[in-house]
Amino acid sequence: MAKRIEASNVTSYYGSFKAIDSISMTVEPKTITALIGPSGCGKSTFLRSINRMHEVLPGARIEGRLTIDDQNIYDPDVDVTAVRRMIGMVFQRPNPFPTMSIYENVVAGLKLNGVKKKSLLDDAAEQSLKSANLWEEVKDRLGRPGAGLSGGQQQRLCIARTIAVEPQVVLMDEPCSALDPISTLAIEDLMFKLKDRFTIIIVTHNMQQAARVSDKTGFFSIDKTGEPGRLIEYDDTQKIFSNPTQKKTEDYITGRFG
Amino acid sequence: MSMTTRSDLAGVAMTPDNIRTKKLPLGINLLVAVVAFGLAAALVYGLGIGNWVLVVALGWALYLVGLFMAASRVEGRRAARNRAWQSLIYSACVLAILPLASVVWTLVSKGWERLDANFFNTSMNNIGARDPNGGAYHAIIGTLEQVGIATLIAVPLGVLGAIYLVEYGRGKFANTVRFFVDVMTGIPSIVAGLFILAFWVLIVSPWFNNGEPRFSGFAAALALSVLMLPTIVRSTEEMLRLVPSPLREGAYALGVPQWKTILKIVVPTALPGIVTGVMLAVARAAGETAPVLLVAGGADAINMNPFGGNQSSLALFVYQQAGDASKYAPARAWTAALTLVAVVLILTIAAKMLARRNSLTR
Repeated sequence: MAKRIEASNVTSYYGSFKAIDSISMTVEPKTITALIGPSGCGKSTFLRSINRMHEVLPGARIEGRLTIDDQNIYDPDVDVTAVRRMIGMVFQRPNPFPTMSIYENVVAGLKLNGVKKKSLLDDAAEQSLKSANLWEEVKDRLGRPGAGLSGGQQQRLCIARTIAVEPQVVLMDEPCSALDPISTLAIEDLMFKLKDRFTIIIVTHNMQQAARVSDKTGFFSIDKTGEPGRLIEYDDTQKIFSNPTQKKTEDYITGRFG
Repeated sequence: MSMTTRSDLAGVAMTPDNIRTKKLPLGINLLVAVVAFGLAAALVYGLGIGNWVLVVALGWALYLVGLFMAASRVEGRRAARNRAWQSLIYSACVLAILPLASVVWTLVSKGWERLDANFFNTSMNNIGARDPNGGAYHAIIGTLEQVGIATLIAVPLGVLGAIYLVEYGRGKFANTVRFFVDVMTGIPSIVAGLFILAFWVLIVSPWFNNGEPRFSGFAAALALSVLMLPTIVRSTEEMLRLVPSPLREGAYALGVPQWKTILKIVVPTALPGIVTGVMLAVARAAGETAPVLLVAGGADAINMNPFGGNQSSLALFVYQQAGDASKYAPARAWTAALTLVAVVLILTIAAKMLARRNSLTR
């Protein structure tokens, strides 16, 4: 049950600083969308506003509409935790809960949301770890601490934890930037597999990665430091990387700036 | 010594000579020590200016200087400075441990005499000046009850207060709270005792006792909790701040509400540190004498009820026995002091083990 995401004129602020300026884009269900652009251009800010993680920081706020299957998630009567349960997020650095075992990490989302039945949790743990291509590596040591795994395994553990709560959208904020090429490949493979079930939006600094994994690509940029980030171009990945309409996009992907 | 410039270093090839240096042999080290202490002894006793304490201090200083000079001749100035600082740091460590070891030794050696069954199952009720018996049963009960109640009051308040300051507190109000917690840290215990005397013993307790003010162990517990509160808030606050925010965000991203994130992710992660802070506060409270004397009054007889009537405590017992005219009193004071240290030690070890049992071992 993946969902369509529509952003219209999303503008976000940190205090009085405008981080992104009227971003509008539509993300189709069961696709992978890559957001690329130079550092500080607001792609992570935009990603974090899709599951209302942006507002965790003090002073941060959003203007505009962000609808998921025509429901505006910024309506005042919307329950933030419900939104976040539907829109999972994988972070730049693997962040397994240090006090929990591998098993407890995977089912943390379910358990903390009130699922108590052991058989249900066991099933969810196995399914999610299998989906995250981690089951074979950890099935004999589910009781060991999650923080004891390697970086790549930790990141797949975090992905397993995210998909265990059955979200409809998975947001990934530079999920491979702390990983070696082999672990990166493992996660890219995983993304293809997850595409059948989820809508995925990934922020990445690695343009090859964007070209490899995504169906559509959005290019963000800023005019200069202190200016808000803007969406310069948003199109099929193929088109962005072979024949972009904007000069800026072409300069960026050919390495002339950024 | 000439300055080493960048051009001196540039282009130096790595040969067996220029990456190896001469090392001071261990024998020289010992020789320097023997000469230094010998010289110190000769000086001090020869001139008759002091005893062995001065010999040790002077010998140590001479040893440091001698070692530095010997090392700078053989190994060069940089290595010599390294040796001198290393020796200084080790000496500082020994100096810091010495008083602690001395306290423990004094307590054990002097407390040994009355460390018997009688001490732990009798009180001071009807113990005259010529009676070698008498014990601290009533004081142990008092300490455990008072500190226990104080912990029950201060830990929830302190931990919740710290959670407020870290997770929710923004702006002026939180800053004000933090400021007053800091001010509270510096409150002398006698002031806390006076506050409880004025507020609880003189104003509130008469309502429960037919209009008569009354001392109680509970009043002492209140005073102790006033003293424990700032320590617990500050240490818990520091520990909660150490929990990385990506952990919180990771939980939020799973749709976990904030209160549950705090309860199930943040606090468990910080738990070992929080427990250490709480135990520091408990240790401080267990050692307080003045508030107990002021609001629980002290007692010679066993009083199990913390809510009515005078109670004693181990710290108060030590104070009273140390000042008692009976020739048997000092031994009781030493044993009580030893007991107090042992109680705090056992509580601390137990708490640490409990905290560790919950978190996974690497």
